[in-house]
Amino acid sequence: MAHETYETHEYDIIVIGAGGSGLRAAVEASQVPGLKVAVITKSLLGKAHTVMAEGGVAASFGNLDAPDGWETHFYDTMRSGHFINNYRMAEIFAKEAPDRVLELESWGAVFDRTQEGRIMQRPFGAHSFRRLCHIGDHTGLELIRTMQYKAIHSGIDVFQEVTMTKLLVHNGRVAGAFGYFREDGRFVLFRARAVVLATGGWGKIFKVTSNSWESTGDGAALAFRAGANLMDMEMVQFHPTGMVWPPGVRGILVTEGVRGEGGLLYNSEGERFMQKYDPERMELSSRDVVARSIFKEAQAGRGTPHGGAWLDISHKGPEYVKAKLPGMYEQFLTLADLDITKERFEVAPTCHYTMGGLRVDPETCATNLPGLFAAGEVACGLHGANRLGGNSLSDLLVFGRRAGMGASEYVNGGDGFAPIDDSELQQEMDRVLEPFHREDGVNPYHVHERLQEIMTNHAGIMRSGPVLEEGLNKLLELKEEARNMGINGSRIYNPGWHAVFDVENMILLCEGIIRSALERKESRGAHWRTDFPDELPEWQKINFVESYDEGKIRIRTEPVNEMPENLAKLFTYGKAPGLAKQAGGKES
Amino acid sequence: MSDEFTLKVWRGDKSGGQEVEYHVPAETGMVVLDALHHIQHNQAPDLAVRWNCKAAHCGSCGAEVNGQPKLLCKTRMDDYAGETVSVRPMQTFPVIKDLVTDVSWNYQVAKEIPLLEPTSPAPFKMQQIDADRVQEFHRCIECFLCQDTCHVLRNHEGQQKYFGPRFMAKIAEFEMHPMDGEDRIPLLAHQAGLNMCNVTKCCTEVCPQHIRITDNAIIPLKERVADRYYDPIKILLRRLGGKKGEPGKANTPVAN
Ligand SMILES: Cc1cc2nc3c(=O)[nH]c(=O)nc-3n(C[C@H](O)[C@H](O)[C@H](O)COP(=O)(O)OP(=O)(O)OC[C@H]3O[C@@H](n4cnc5c(N)ncnc54)[C@H](O)[C@@H]3O)c2cc1C
Ligand code: SF4
Ligand code: SF4
Ligand code: FES
Repeated sequence: MAHETYETHEYDIIVIGAGGSGLRAAVEASQVPGLKVAVITKSLLGKAHTVMAEGGVAASFGNLDAPDGWETHFYDTMRSGHFINNYRMAEIFAKEAPDRVLELESWGAVFDRTQEGRIMQRPFGAHSFRRLCHIGDHTGLELIRTMQYKAIHSGIDVFQEVTMTKLLVHNGRVAGAFGYFREDGRFVLFRARAVVLATGGWGKIFKVTSNSWESTGDGAALAFRAGANLMDMEMVQFHPTGMVWPPGVRGILVTEGVRGEGGLLYNSEGERFMQKYDPERMELSSRDVVARSIFKEAQAGRGTPHGGAWLDISHKGPEYVKAKLPGMYEQFLTLADLDITKERFEVAPTCHYTMGGLRVDPETCATNLPGLFAAGEVACGLHGANRLGGNSLSDLLVFGRRAGMGASEYVNGGDGFAPIDDSELQQEMDRVLEPFHREDGVNPYHVHERLQEIMTNHAGIMRSGPVLEEGLNKLLELKEEARNMGINGSRIYNPGWHAVFDVENMILLCEGIIRSALERKESRGAHWRTDFPDELPEWQKINFVESYDEGKIRIRTEPVNEMPENLAKLFTYGKAPGLAKQAGGKES
Repeated sequence: MSDEFTLKVWRGDKSGGQEVEYHVPAETGMVVLDALHHIQHNQAPDLAVRWNCKAAHCGSCGAEVNGQPKLLCKTRMDDYAGETVSVRPMQTFPVIKDLVTDVSWNYQVAKEIPLLEPTSPAPFKMQQIDADRVQEFHRCIECFLCQDTCHVLRNHEGQQKYFGPRFMAKIAEFEMHPMDGEDRIPLLAHQAGLNMCNVTKCCTEVCPQHIRITDNAIIPLKERVADRYYDPIKILLRRLGGKKGEPGKANTPVAN
C-alpha cells in the first residue's frame, strides 16, 4: 500500500468529545495557566448528543421544596441505581451538582424562574422532590450552548468533524490518539500527555432509540482495546416514552417532562395501569419500572394500535402545555400531525442511555490506564442499574469538571510526551483504508441494521439465558462477516466509510453487553431476566468488570464498595431523608 | 398517493457537481432526511449529509429543499406530494460534498462576541418576565439557515462586513440579559456591521425555531446603537452617569 502521511498536533490534554462533559472538562483544564488543551468532536461544535436533552438538570436546590438537599438526592440516586452504584460518585455528585448549575447560570444559561425569581425546578420520575432545573423542554441545548461559548472563549482549540479511531499507549501509559478528518479523510495524530474521553454512550445498538448517530460507543471501544476496564455493561436504559407513529419517528424521545408536568398514562382499556405496578409513584415511578409496565401491558394485549401506551397531557390546557413543553408540542405537530394540547398520543419504550462504561476513580475520573480519564455517559459508576432522569446532565458537569482537574493534576505531576511508534500508525492507516479495497464488501449500514435486530431480539428490555446465548452466537457470526465491510467512493466526507468504524465499535460493546447480561443471573434495575425475575441480595454486592485481552473479552466480579456509616444511615428512616426530616420537623 | 417519492439530490464537491435522481419507497410521515437515509443505506453509501438528532433539536441538517432553506429532518415529503423534491446544499457557504457545506466562518464569528459579564454572582434573582425576553434567543439551534438566507452574507465580501442574523440574536441574548454588565454597542456599530441589515425579515421567515430575529433582536439593537451614537440627549445623559447610557437596559420586545 502507498505510504500514507498524517499531520501531528501536540497538546498537554486532549478531550475527545464535545458534549456537556467534554466541554466542561476542557474548560476546567484550560483554567490551569500554561496548559494547552484541545477538544475533538466527530460532529460540529454544539451538535453533540447533549443538545437533545430536554427535561432538565437535577440539583437539590430545594427552590420549591425546601427539605430537599444533597442527602435526598444521594438517596434517590442510589435507590434508583439499585445499590450497585459507586456510592462515592453518587455522594460527590449530589453534593456538587448545585454549584455546577449555578456556574452555568453565571456563564449565561437562563433557566425558567420561580415566583421568587429563583431557578425553577420540575418533578421527575423517582426524584423525591421537585429537582430538575430546566428551560422549557430544551435544557440540553441550553447546557451545550452555554458550555460551547464558554469553551471558545477559554483558549481551547476545537477540532470539529474529526473521528478518532485509535488510542495510543506506550509502556502502559497514554500517548495520544489517532484518527482522520471527516471532511477529506486525511489522517491526524494528537500527541497528548493526558486524554479525557467524553464520547458519550452507545444507544445506536438498538433500532428503536432516542440517540443520535454519534452514540456508537467509540470512546469506550477505543479505550477497551487499549486496556481500560468496562463495568456494568449489561445495564442499558430504555426510556418508557419514545414516539411510536409514524414509522420514521419511532424512538424519538418524548421527554419525561410530559409526565413531570402532569401527563397520564393509559392502556387501550382506558385504565391508568401504573396503579398496578407502582401505586405510590404512578407515572413518576423510575424509568425501568414504567418502561417494563408499558411493555407488559402491550404484551398482555392492552397496547395501543402500534404497540405502546397512551400518554395524555391535554387536560393541562393549551397555554400551559405550549409554555412548558414547546418542543414536544412542535415535534408532534410537524412530525405526527398531532396536537398534544388536544389529543392523547402513543408512546413506547426506546433505548435511551447506557449506564455501563469505563470504570473510573470517583475523585479524579482516572481509568485504570495511566493518563486516561473519562466522564459523562462513557464513564460508569454513578447510575448503577438505572439512571434517574436529569442526573445525566448534572453528571456531565460534576464529573466533566473533575476529569478536567484530574487530567491537569496528572499532567502537572507527570512526564513529557510518551513516544509514538510510527509503524503502529502505518498499520492503523492501512486498517482504516482497507474498506476501500475490499471487493464485494458488505454494506456497513446493513451490518448495523442486523446488529440492531440481534440486540432487539436477544438483549433488549426482556432477557433470558437461552435467548441471550442465541444472540451471542448470532453476534459472533455477524462479527466475522463484518470483517469484510467495504465501501465505494472517495475519502471526502464519506459517511459509508465512517460507518465502518462505528459498527466495529458497537459490535465489540454489544458482545460485552451480552456476556455481562448472561452473568447477572437476577433482575435488577434495567436488567430484567425472565428466567431470574427477582432481585437477589447477593448480586447487590458485585459489579461485572470486563477487560480485553488478545482479542478476547474477560469478565470478572468486583465487590461494590460499602457505604460508610453516615451514608448508610440515610437509608434507615423508611423514607427519603428530606421527607423524614420534614415529618420529624412537623412532629416536634 | 403514489408509493414512491422522486428526489433530485445535488451530488458533487468543490470541483463541481450535478443533481442525481433517486427513487425512494414512500412511507407515512416520511421527512426528507428519511428519504436521504434510504438512499444512503441502499443506493449511495457515500452520500454526504449532516444530521444528529432527527428531531429538529441540533440544527445540523440545514439545506435547500426546492429552493427553500429548511431543516431536512423537519420537512415532510408529503408537503411536496406529486412533485420531484430537489435537495441542494446551503448556497451561502462553500460546499464540501453533496449536502455538506463548510460553515466554519460562523464559528469564527462566534468567538468575537463577548460573553455574559454578570453584575453580581449567581444565584441570580430574576423574574420569569425578564427571562422570557431573552429565552426566545436561547432556542436557537445554530442551523445557520438565517445566515444562508441573508442577502448580505450571500457573498464573501458581505461576510467581512456583517456577522449575520444568527449572531445578532446571540448578541441580543447577552445584551438583554438583566444581569449583564458588558457593553457590546460599539461592537454592533462597527465590527459586527449591524447597519448592513436593511430589515428585510427574510431571516425571521426561515427560522425553524420561530425566533423573531428582526423584530426582537435586530430592531431593538439598532435602536440601542442609534441612541448611543445619534441621540444627543442620551449622549449627554450618559456622560453624566449611566454606564451603558440606557436606563435599566430596558427594551421593548414585540409581542406577536
Ligand atoms: C433525547 C434525549 C433526551 C435526554 N434528556 C435528558 C435530560 O433531560 N436530562 C438528563 O440529565 N439527561 C438527558 N439525556 C441524557 C443526556 O443527554 C446524555 O447522557 C448526555 O448528554 C451525554 O453527554 P456526554 O457529554 O457524555 O456525551 P455526548 O453529548 O454524547 O457527546 C459525545 C461527544 O463525543 C464525540 N465523539 C464520539 N465518538 C468520537 C470519536 N470517535 N472521535 C471524536 N469524537 C467522538 C461526539 O462527536 C460528541 O461530541 C437525554 C438523552 C437523549 C438522547
Ligand atoms: S433582516 Fe437583516 S439580517 Fe435578516 S435577512 Fe434581512 S438583511 Fe439579513
Ligand atoms: S436564529 Fe433560527 S435560523 Fe438562525 S441559526 Fe438560529 S435557529 Fe437557525
Ligand atoms: S438532524 Fe438535528 S436538526 Fe435536523
